Amino acid sequence: MKRQQTQKLAIAVITGAAALVVIPIVLVILYIVVQGIGALSWEFLTARPRNGMTEGGIMPAILGTLILTLGTAIVCLPLAIGAAIYLAEYAKDNRLTRWVRLAIVNLAGIPSIVYGLFGLGAFVLFLQFGTSILAGSLTLGIMTLPVVISTAEEAILSVPQEFRLVSQSLGATRWQTIRHQVLPHAMPGIITGIILGLSRAAGETAPILFTVAAFYLPSLPSSVSDQTMALPYHLYVITTQVPGMPLSVQYGTALVLLLLVLSLTLVATVIRTRMRRRRDW
Amino acid sequence: MANLTEFARERYAQAALRARPASIWLRRGWSETLIELLIRLSGLSTIAIVGLIFLFLVREGLPTFLDIPLRQLFSGRWYPIEGLYGLWPLLVGSLVVTAGAIIIAVPLGLTTAIYLGEIAPPWQREILKPLVEVLAGIPSIVLGFLGWVTLAPIIQGLGAPTGLTALTGSLILAYMALPAIISISEDALYAVPKEYRDGALAIGATQWQTIWRVVLPAARSGLAMAVMLGIGRAIGETMAVMMVTGNAAFVPDLGLDMPLSPVRTMTATIAAEMGEVAQGSLHYSVLFGIGIVLFVVTFTINLIAGRLVGSVVRRRGGQL
Repeated sequence: MKRQQTQKLAIAVITGAAALVVIPIVLVILYIVVQGIGALSWEFLTARPRNGMTEGGIMPAILGTLILTLGTAIVCLPLAIGAAIYLAEYAKDNRLTRWVRLAIVNLAGIPSIVYGLFGLGAFVLFLQFGTSILAGSLTLGIMTLPVVISTAEEAILSVPQEFRLVSQSLGATRWQTIRHQVLPHAMPGIITGIILGLSRAAGETAPILFTVAAFYLPSLPSSVSDQTMALPYHLYVITTQVPGMPLSVQYGTALVLLLLVLSLTLVATVIRTRMRRRRDW
Repeated sequence: MANLTEFARERYAQAALRARPASIWLRRGWSETLIELLIRLSGLSTIAIVGLIFLFLVREGLPTFLDIPLRQLFSGRWYPIEGLYGLWPLLVGSLVVTAGAIIIAVPLGLTTAIYLGEIAPPWQREILKPLVEVLAGIPSIVLGFLGWVTLAPIIQGLGAPTGLTALTGSLILAYMALPAIISISEDALYAVPKEYRDGALAIGATQWQTIWRVVLPAARSGLAMAVMLGIGRAIGETMAVMMVTGNAAFVPDLGLDMPLSPVRTMTATIAAEMGEVAQGSLHYSVLFGIGIVLFVVTFTINLIAGRLVGSVVRRRGGQL
């Protein structure tokens, strides 16, 4: 039967293509782990770079990325959660709301390098923050908005309507209902969105190129108006800008960045899975 | 970068809005009025931010389009040192790399989505979906680094004079665009009612015939959206592309070996040159001008994709 053969062939091709997608992902991660694990040591994680960055550790870059991630959270969270509450609870189905949604979709689509340009024009130059942690955090925070808004909105929408109705019927005001009924139940979903958003921000290079990242700094940043080193930019620098860099240091840096970002993703996934399992409505 | 199913979510959110009962709430005190005002303002701030981004790009980049004759802008020579700002090589570079990435990523992405949605047993799905999410989570600089140290030598082995070529960039970009394409296509397939499949199977169609003749046509607008967003993702990618495409700002010769020539994209040009230009110079403005081009292109792609959203319905809570 010819069509049975076509069926078999088609399924085989589809399965093969899926394997072609999945196997490289596993290989890439294994490869970086295998090549980079040898470079990892207590010194690598806690010491400053020495000898033209070819020796010593990458502590300033790790610290810088953690500081920038924290700064991103401070900038992004109030605005993103406010916007998510607005869309899920307050927005009417009118032209203004459609504009807000269009704006969020487009924020999500703007290339990260364009965020970098915006950060340079708006924060570094116009507001005169200079190349600083402040300018970098603002840039990354705005870039992270759409991810957090859309996941948080979804989490809020997934709280059943009955919860709101019961709260309302007991005499709660709208904000009391949101504060005491909706947000607590939506919290795991919101946290998942936040962590996913921050993990993306932590791995980004293009937005920090002109707003905060430093090639090499002899001392650690002491205020938000200082520059800082950052892991993704550091990896870029030691790969393409520094000749004679030992491969092990490069792989080690890539591994640390990968572990940092993927562990955040993993935490988010675990929270999400648990939340689904535990949901009691 | 961004979460990928915004469009599906938007659709769902609109449905949810309609379902919300008309509410009459108790009177509130002034502090609640203030909080609600802040919430509304943060919602509206998203529009303001898009506006501000465009405004600042234009503020810095406008001289590009005022001071340089259009003929020069579209000429083939990008030599900022000699004051020649022809954007053509950069446009072609972005186009070649993106086209290559899409040619690789679309068939792979669609078939993977079909596999995940229609063929894979549940236990495989449980493993494979998180893996695709992991791919979405790998920072672009890490993939660029791997492309630089492992893929480039392989490409060079194929007979290219250098391993840093448009093809190298396309391969890396394809894998970066895959998670977007897979998850949105999967949503589109999921939105096809089960009755369609049952009906086709009941009249004797094989599984493949059902997929090819019934499910895929029914999901086509969602699949088109997946492709559009994949293109948007690929055009805007910066770091990986900058590291592996060779950064040669000239128009490659048309021909079969075009993928094996080095190119330079718009994004890579901004990233590579912004650090060296004097603020306020023409070169500086032109880099912002390229930013305007990128902004307009991605904005348009998103608008088109937004129109295609019709048949895509949200599938599961919270998941990419």
